[in-house]
Amino acid sequence: MATRGASSATGVTEMASVPRKLAWRIGEVVETSPDTARTKSLLLQIPGWEGHRAGQHVDVRLTAEDGYQAQRSYSIASAPEDSRVELLVERLDDGEVSPYLTDELRAGDGLELRGPIGGWFAWEAREGGPLLLVAGGSGIAPLMAMIRHRQAAGNDTPIRLLFSSRSYEEVIFREELERLAAEDETLQITHTLTRSAPPGWKGYDRRIDEEMLEEVAFSPRERPLAFVCGPTPLVEAVATTLVGLGHEPARVKTERFGPTGG
Amino acid sequence: MSGGFISRGFRGRRRRTEGDVRIPPGQYLVEGFPVLSAGPTPHTPLEEWDFTIEGEVDGPRTWSWEEFRAFPSEEITRDIHCVTKWSKLATTWEGVSVDSLLEVVDTAVEYVVAFCDGGYTTNLPLEDVTGGKAWVAHTYEGEPLAPEHGGPARLLVPHLYFWKSAKWVRGLRLVNEDEPGFWESLGYHNHGDPWREQRYWGD
Repeated sequence: MATRGASSATGVTEMASVPRKLAWRIGEVVETSPDTARTKSLLLQIPGWEGHRAGQHVDVRLTAEDGYQAQRSYSIASAPEDSRVELLVERLDDGEVSPYLTDELRAGDGLELRGPIGGWFAWEAREGGPLLLVAGGSGIAPLMAMIRHRQAAGNDTPIRLLFSSRSYEEVIFREELERLAAEDETLQITHTLTRSAPPGWKGYDRRIDEEMLEEVAFSPRERPLAFVCGPTPLVEAVATTLVGLGHEPARVKTERFGPTGG
Repeated sequence: MSGGFISRGFRGRRRRTEGDVRIPPGQYLVEGFPVLSAGPTPHTPLEEWDFTIEGEVDGPRTWSWEEFRAFPSEEITRDIHCVTKWSKLATTWEGVSVDSLLEVVDTAVEYVVAFCDGGYTTNLPLEDVTGGKAWVAHTYEGEPLAPEHGGPARLLVPHLYFWKSAKWVRGLRLVNEDEPGFWESLGYHNHGDPWREQRYWGD
């Protein structure tokens, strides 16, 4: 019992044998692209970037002229195969860092960061699946990296994404997700809209619950690898429900985006 | 290195409070209590819960919840610092000092591994959990510790980044050789002193 989590993290010990310092470096913003009214993608060119595993994040550090600094973490939304690193930033109105990134930063600016960070909430196509991805809002970012990675790697691991957004307009990466799902029957995407749905909406319009997960998720017998990312209440509810439905706790990986400022 | 880099147009929002000196480098203050864990929250009933001291000891010891709660509890008020950058000031806890738990065993080791429901582990030098620096906490802000925050009991080592304060702790293994735990094997710093900003390998 005491070692289950550690022993299930295969490949981890290999990583542990090659520690390297995560140095701060300067990426160049090559493009900024609004996704929804509250989110923006930053596309970065990072000299010497060694690549990442889908699901990992970076630390971003801002420095004012007088030396004052602020740091935050942002998930990488791009596939490892992409030459540019994409960070998804949700603008928090009372935040210190995110309004700078969404409102002030523009193409040509430098952005100081280090990474990639986090070896647990990560997936490589060769690890297989099937993959159950559950996202709430901007929690889609690391899961988008996995979907894009699978596509770029030409891998056919079945993926089901259950994506909770407040409204249709706030579905992040909506068009790209629709396009990817339309051309690939092994990628199945289900949306639920928790606050408002457009006229004629036939999809789910409530918070993720047990009934929804039973309908959408792979059965526990298929032993899906589950990645759940979003606000804490969603992650707590989904992870607990999945375990209650019979999914193995060690195959349910979570990442929580709390409203903790930023 | 990238010394001297300035983020064009960034001013930041300065705090000017006495709390400033209590925030380690790279951290920011939160009022809430964010939840962070790698997997589902375990829910172990108290009648199945026990706490074990094992490893290089004269004899392993295991206490039921009632026996654990019979140890004297201390009230603890400390600032806590999570490696994901948030800090929270003056959190109040009640828990059993690790000194009290280790008093009953005879050992000469230099390291401990905390192990937990769900398989999580974290490693610490013995000197970081003795001398009034660490507790097994069962109460937070006057209430039984909630499962998502590590209840029924979590390790509390507030002078290190909070991943060392292992949630759902079920025991301590005393070892002669340091053994990197869960996050320590996944790129996070082996020691985790927030005042030296020991976040990741090589920091």
